[in-house]
Order: sequence, then C-alpha cells, then structure tokens
Amino acid sequence: MTRLPYLATAALSGVLFGAGLYVSQMVDPLKVLRFLDFTAIASGGWDPSLAFVIGPAIIVMFVAVRLGRRRNAPLFDTHFHEPKTKQIDLRLILGAALFGIGWGMSGICPGPAISLIAFPPEGIWLFLAAMLAGSYLGGMVPATFGAKEAIQND
Amino acid sequence: MESFSPLSAAIGGSLIGLAAAILWLGNGRIAGISGIFGNLLPATHSALWRAIFLVALIAGAWVTAHLFPQLGVGGVKTATLVPPPAGWNIPMPVWLIAAGLLVGFGTRIGNGCTSGHGVCGLARLSLRSLVAVAVFFGVAILTVTVTGIV
Repeated sequence: MTRLPYLATAALSGVLFGAGLYVSQMVDPLKVLRFLDFTAIASGGWDPSLAFVIGPAIIVMFVAVRLGRRRNAPLFDTHFHEPKTKQIDLRLILGAALFGIGWGMSGICPGPAISLIAFPPEGIWLFLAAMLAGSYLGGMVPATFGAKEAIQND
Repeated sequence: MESFSPLSAAIGGSLIGLAAAILWLGNGRIAGISGIFGNLLPATHSALWRAIFLVALIAGAWVTAHLFPQLGVGGVKTATLVPPPAGWNIPMPVWLIAAGLLVGFGTRIGNGCTSGHGVCGLARLSLRSLVAVAVFFGVAILTVTVTGIV
C-alpha cells in the first residue's frame, strides 16, 4: 500500500465526516433524541432531521459502492475490506439492542461522541471512557458467543 | 417542528456520505466509527490510520464550527449532554457511564453503529446491517419513550 496517500485519504475522510456531523447538528444529543422521540409526532414536536442526514449519506455511499464493484481494489490498498460475515444471529441482535438502549439514554452514538471533543460538553470524557471500556469488554467476549460463525474481519 | 432543519441536515449527510465514499474507494475501508475507535487497541499495524481518522474527525467538527458558528451546538450554542429523566433520582455521571458502556459494548459485539451499519451497511445492501439498524433504532425509540428523557 502506498503509505502517504493512504493516510491522507483517512485524514480527508475524517475531516469531512466531522464536518458533516457538525453541519447536520448530529453533534447535538438533544436533536438526536428529538428524532428518536416518536411520542412527539402527534403533538407536532417531532424533529425528523436525522432521517434527512442518513438518507443522503446512504445515497452517496451507495454510488461509491457501485463504482467500487467495477474495480478489483481501492486506489491505495490491495483489496476492499468488506465485512465477511453475513450471519444474522443472537450476537448481532443483542449488540444492536444494547447499543440502542445506550443511544436512547444519551442521544450519543460513537461518531458524535468523538466529534464532541472539538467543543467538549461537561461529562463527555466520562461517556468516552465508558464507551472505550465497553468496547474493550465487548472485545473480550468470545467470537463464538451468540454467533453462527466467528467473525474474523481484517 | 421548530428545530427541524432539512437543508443543513441534507448537506451534512452528503458530507458524511462523501467521507464514507472516499474511505471506501481510496482505502477499501468501512467508515464505521465504532469499529475504527474499537480497533485502536490493541495497537496493530492499522492503528495509525485509525488514529489519524479520529483526530481528523474532531478537527473537521472544530473547523466547521468556527467557519459556520450560526448552525448551533458547537458554534453559537454550547454543547451540553442530556440529563437523566427527572424523578428517576439517578446521578448524571452514573447515567452517562451506563450509556457509554452500553454504546461501546453493544457496537463492539454487534459489529457496528449508526455509521458502519446505518450508512455503509445499508449502502452495501447488507441484510445483516438492515436488521441491526431496525433493532437499534427500534430499541432507541423505545428507550426514549420509556424514559421520557426529551
């Protein structure tokens, strides 16, 4: 792999991602919670913005995935690191459900959690430390737990 | 609906999509923040690009907040976290630690978050990601309903 262009690509992608999270205001936990609050739909207080963020993001990425399928490899690596497992198993559903509880409690998912370091609100370091610890604990769960097949992504 | 902001949402979303597209077509990597973050440790050969991506993520938010402060939180508005539901008598730090642990643990064993499963997985038409997205959105909506946190 060509080292400098590879790292520059990671940097460019990170900058655009962070810019997108700020511009869309998904760095605001309350705005995210106002999307997740479906009880406010009837009263007209619901904020559908999050759907207007993720929709265009998926469309742009969809085009990129199509373009990528015409090539054997990305520009700066030998192959696409496509997630290998296709299994829908307990591990996936349990993980998504636990994440959903934490997200609903806080309005913070990993991207905004890290972006918030740019203008840190009180308590964000505690959340980040807990998120890191949670991820570390999750990494200690055996790969076979709740899985039809163990995932070995590179 | 006073806070609804479809234009800035769509522009921001397109930037996020572009970020994911560049990382995919350039480096063949999924722009899933939980995965990039979670695989920082142990520091393997891929830790460098992951660290650079995350520092750039913070820089991107910081720079745009200074260029366009009028957009809100991080600009003219101070960023704040949302306190636990009134009447539950749970201290804020305990609430934040519990939420952070659940987000970190859940995304690790479920192999993805809003970006990895939500943006990239759905764009790859992954059925696995579709299930994950349905579950975490459904559970998050349920959690907000039960806690009445908003």
